[in-house]
Amino acid sequence: MGDGTQTAVDLQSVVKRYGTFTAVHETDLEIPEGSFLTLLGPSGCGKTTTLRMIAGLTSITEGEIRIKGRRVNDLPIHKRNLGIVFQNYALFPHKTVFENVAFGLKYRGVAKAEAAKRVKEALELVQLPQMADRMPSQLSGGQQQRIALARAIVVQPDVLLLDEPLSALDANLREDMRIELKRIQDTLGITTVFVTHDQSEALAMSDQIVVMSAGHVEQVGTPEEVYNRPASEFVASFLGNSNIVAASVTGVDGGVAKLEVDGLGPILASVTGDQTLSAGQKVKLSIRAEKLALSDTAEAGADATVLDARVTTVDYQGQVARYFLDAGGRQLQAINPIDEHPLSEGKQVSVRIRARDCVVLPA
Amino acid sequence: MASLDPMDNAWRPWRLLAPALSAIFLLLVVPVAFIVVYSFWLRTATGADIAGFHLDNWIEVLTDPFYRDIMGFTIWIAFATTVVCAVAGYVPAYFIATTQFKHKAFLLLLLMLPFWISYIIRTMSWINILGSSGIVNAALIWIGLTDEPIQMLYNQWTVIVGLVHFLLPFMILNIYVSLYGIDRNLVDAARSLGCTGWQAFREVTLPLSLPGLAAGSLLCFVLGAGTYITPLVLGGPTDAMFANLVFDAIITQLNWPLGSALSLVLLILLGCVVAVYNRFAGMGQIAKSFG
Repeated sequence: MGDGTQTAVDLQSVVKRYGTFTAVHETDLEIPEGSFLTLLGPSGCGKTTTLRMIAGLTSITEGEIRIKGRRVNDLPIHKRNLGIVFQNYALFPHKTVFENVAFGLKYRGVAKAEAAKRVKEALELVQLPQMADRMPSQLSGGQQQRIALARAIVVQPDVLLLDEPLSALDANLREDMRIELKRIQDTLGITTVFVTHDQSEALAMSDQIVVMSAGHVEQVGTPEEVYNRPASEFVASFLGNSNIVAASVTGVDGGVAKLEVDGLGPILASVTGDQTLSAGQKVKLSIRAEKLALSDTAEAGADATVLDARVTTVDYQGQVARYFLDAGGRQLQAINPIDEHPLSEGKQVSVRIRARDCVVLPA
Repeated sequence: MASLDPMDNAWRPWRLLAPALSAIFLLLVVPVAFIVVYSFWLRTATGADIAGFHLDNWIEVLTDPFYRDIMGFTIWIAFATTVVCAVAGYVPAYFIATTQFKHKAFLLLLLMLPFWISYIIRTMSWINILGSSGIVNAALIWIGLTDEPIQMLYNQWTVIVGLVHFLLPFMILNIYVSLYGIDRNLVDAARSLGCTGWQAFREVTLPLSLPGLAAGSLLCFVLGAGTYITPLVLGGPTDAMFANLVFDAIITQLNWPLGSALSLVLLILLGCVVAVYNRFAGMGQIAKSFG
């Protein structure tokens, strides 16, 4: 690989067990230099444990972790040159903002004048240059968050680790901080590992998303890949609203598979290059709710399927509406933009499903 | 229905506090007032007290080097006890606060266990340990290190030992409460920023536990300085503390006026210690430990 895409963090066959319980099953992960990688999953999926193993806050049971090529399995946390931002900020309550931010520099032996200059720059980067003399308790939650970030980045860490840093903020502030955090990460070009259970944070900020469930990595990919081409039923259901139905393969023709779905009849689905399907195979079919296009009449074709359905419930959301449909006794959901008025309940509609929006998952 | 009369609402806290305030007034303020009045009376050679406003007791207590020396000794014993408690109490407090042991409540119960036994009995128990026929001497004689029992009791060091035994749980409890309240992430944050475990302790854990250490020290010092049982049981003839003087004046010599002046001096001194503590740390920390 070239200089631009060196691996900053490398997890090789990493396993974490607590007694007989396996918190993280064998995991391989390469985090490229300068990238923003998100560990996404519900609570208990192992994402925080993975972060803590990279940090050195939790020991690993098996495998190897390398940071910038150096094996760190037995390297204590204070020698790993990391910046960590905790969910509850963890600012030292007995130290001023300046002392908090300067803390890591003190232990790196940075001279006082140089440290003062770097603290000032870090505080400017997080847009709180005037807060140096305050105590953490005098700051709002959002300000504490920024100071915690300044404290982590001022030491120029090899990797920035963010453990659900936005989840303690209220909704509006969270979206502002999301943009802010991404801006700072872009500015510094710092390799970042971000842990969250919030799919919109993950989709908005990440270069790569690692979706985890029950200690397993379900999928690694760009936000678009993970969202549009989920690799498993878990990923499809965890991100966004998906219709997932059992189906069987009746035929494959080039890049398009013909599936038979109970109650819905035949549906066409595109197949990616690395998928091998054979007739009679049981699979799961996943279609995003917003990919179901509702209209009065629609035409099928070589690359689309049309179903008849009835609107049973309308969930009005302003810009869009979420419709619950009854198609041949099977319930589907569709999210469509609203043109003046949402469709009314009880209306008969045609549902057009493009083959390329259908994802075939293993059963 | 709640009354809408603002005057009525203004008085409500006082009405609710009335029982407690009357108890404090009758059981604390009134007796102390009696003591204050007594301290200005005079005791005659015949044993009768002369009422009036005489400064003689106060002049004697404040100028006689005998009392000054014993006050100095009292402060020394209380101070030494506090330091020993602080050093010896920090480790178990840290252990209980950070242990992964499931039954933490059980450890705290063990800490409380000594309170179920009378303070006097706990003090006397040292006679069975350090006395001439106590367990330590028996062991020393048995292994042949000495033929005669070694005199270990009845000096200022055994007074300190007895007081540490009595006061250590107060110290541990106070330190534990402040350690328990420290966010573990703070230590992790310090470690991630380059501290070794010991440096993180010095930078984060120790300073954040100082309020508990100060509260425990105040309790140990005040309770230690006010004791008369421990020096009576475990001290030698020259190890009297200030409260022993009060005891002697009132119980032995029946000299209530002098005893009153002595007890007020101790009260004022310890009051000053509490006031200084309150100025710098606030009383809230002590309330936390008992909350």
